[in-house]
Amino acid sequence: MTHRVTLRKIAHARAGDKGNRSNVSVFAYDPKHYPVLVDQITPERLQQTFGALFTGQIQRYLLPQLHGLNLVLDEALEGGVNESLNLDSHGKSWGFLILGLEVDLP
Amino acid sequence: MKAASFRIGTGAGFSADRLDPAVDLARRGDLDAIVFECLGERTLASGLLDKRSDSALGYNRLLETRMRAVLPLCRAGNTCLITNMGAANPLAAGKVVVDVARELGLQGLRVAVVTGDDATHLLDKDTHLIEPNCALKDFEPHMIGANAYLGTEGIVAALKQKANVVITGRVADPSLFLAPLQHFFQWEYDDWARVGAGTMIGHVMECAAQVTGGYFADPGYKNVEELAFVGFPIAEVQHNGTAVITKLPDTGGCVDPRTVKEQLLYEIHDPAHYLTPDVTADFSSARVDSAGKDRVSISGAHGRERPQELKVTVAFAGGFVGEAEISYAGPGAQRRARMAGEIVAERLSQVHGVQTTPRLDLIGVSSLHGTAGQTTTDSQDVRLRCAMRTPARKEAETLLWEVESLLCCGPAGGGGYRGYVRPSILTYSTLIDRGRISPILDVFDV
Repeated sequence: MTHRVTLRKIAHARAGDKGNRSNVSVFAYDPKHYPVLVDQITPERLQQTFGALFTGQIQRYLLPQLHGLNLVLDEALEGGVNESLNLDSHGKSWGFLILGLEVDLP
Repeated sequence: MKAASFRIGTGAGFSADRLDPAVDLARRGDLDAIVFECLGERTLASGLLDKRSDSALGYNRLLETRMRAVLPLCRAGNTCLITNMGAANPLAAGKVVVDVARELGLQGLRVAVVTGDDATHLLDKDTHLIEPNCALKDFEPHMIGANAYLGTEGIVAALKQKANVVITGRVADPSLFLAPLQHFFQWEYDDWARVGAGTMIGHVMECAAQVTGGYFADPGYKNVEELAFVGFPIAEVQHNGTAVITKLPDTGGCVDPRTVKEQLLYEIHDPAHYLTPDVTADFSSARVDSAGKDRVSISGAHGRERPQELKVTVAFAGGFVGEAEISYAGPGAQRRARMAGEIVAERLSQVHGVQTTPRLDLIGVSSLHGTAGQTTTDSQDVRLRCAMRTPARKEAETLLWEVESLLCCGPAGGGGYRGYVRPSILTYSTLIDRGRISPILDVFDV
């Protein structure tokens, strides 16, 4: 029996930027939920859900000892601080975009 | 020095950072060194423009305020102050520091200025810009300047000459912290493991409050006490490159493994290859462990040989951005705001012949996450935002005019118009062989 929760319930995140590349780190509060991140917060899912914003390649780096992962999102800032007309040209709020995803807990 | 460990604090994590937490650290921190990191990617370009209008300007505008507040405290506590507040004009900044110190009666204070980061003269029309993937000549008419990221050498040389204050221009952020560690612990430049460890400490510290509870609080999920009075961080560093991150007692915020982990990966791409002028740092095996209340130990960083090329940021004048807003509230607010936006777009092209299509946001419905497809449908308090980038200031002003004219000519109940035009700065990167760049040191005694 699984139940569905918002990622924000089990994980925290922080977004940063360099040029037109964003990175969002995501950490499980409880180590037992780290596998949920690994299984369900995948580059494929992010591309599928937010492809209109995350237009480039997505790389994911795993840091098991920190129970977290680092998502590196190319061409994900509407041009970045140079070109973006988004109010949030640094993508500071991208962490909460991802924390709004739903995940299934075992 | 105070002990076998080295206590280093952060007095600022960006150009506009708060002053009171820095003063508190300088007064009560018992610090060996305090670092003010105040130079974002684009801050330096603004400094270059300031310097163009007045050759005595171009440094951080809060420099004098900060120095007046902390220099006497640093003197009293025997704390060395290191900062990149020199921005585009470190020598002018050094003069300001000397003048302030003299006025405050700090005789004998030694102020060192590190320059050599200006790389404008090393570029030519064929210099390759990385992100737009083109040659400099495609942008050159509008180039403002170019600065290389220096490593620790200039700062270490200043510390060897017993400088009390070190002012720099563009230096890699973690290097501002690594330099006093290298000097104090006598780490060799090619001791990559320790240089990697010191770089991790600098990286965790460089954004000040971002590791002590700032950019973190999420009420109900990540609660932070007294965030209004968040304390800035202190690192207690050991000779082997491990450190405890902490803050002063009786300050707001928190230091726990969650704040430190978030900051550890902040603006990092591959954690195993973090490039700085000093080292190829490897944070992939980093450990973050609680060591008591508001104390977190960090360890496990590694390093490999530093890159042969230095990153150079090249800044260009990039036209203008116009932004104009007007609000609608109550029943039907979303439809009225949307209609207003359509009118602006239609009139810009049909009445004014403006070719550029403005970006239209409905703040409260669809703005920051609008492109990602996230929309709130039930909001009855909506702000229309129209934004446009254009080479011509007049076009940006036309956008403002059209949004303001909605007050009388647009949909019912529009209010709260605001409009701004600001110059836009573009920054791109290139790489340059490190042999072509050397730090230059000037020393002044008060």
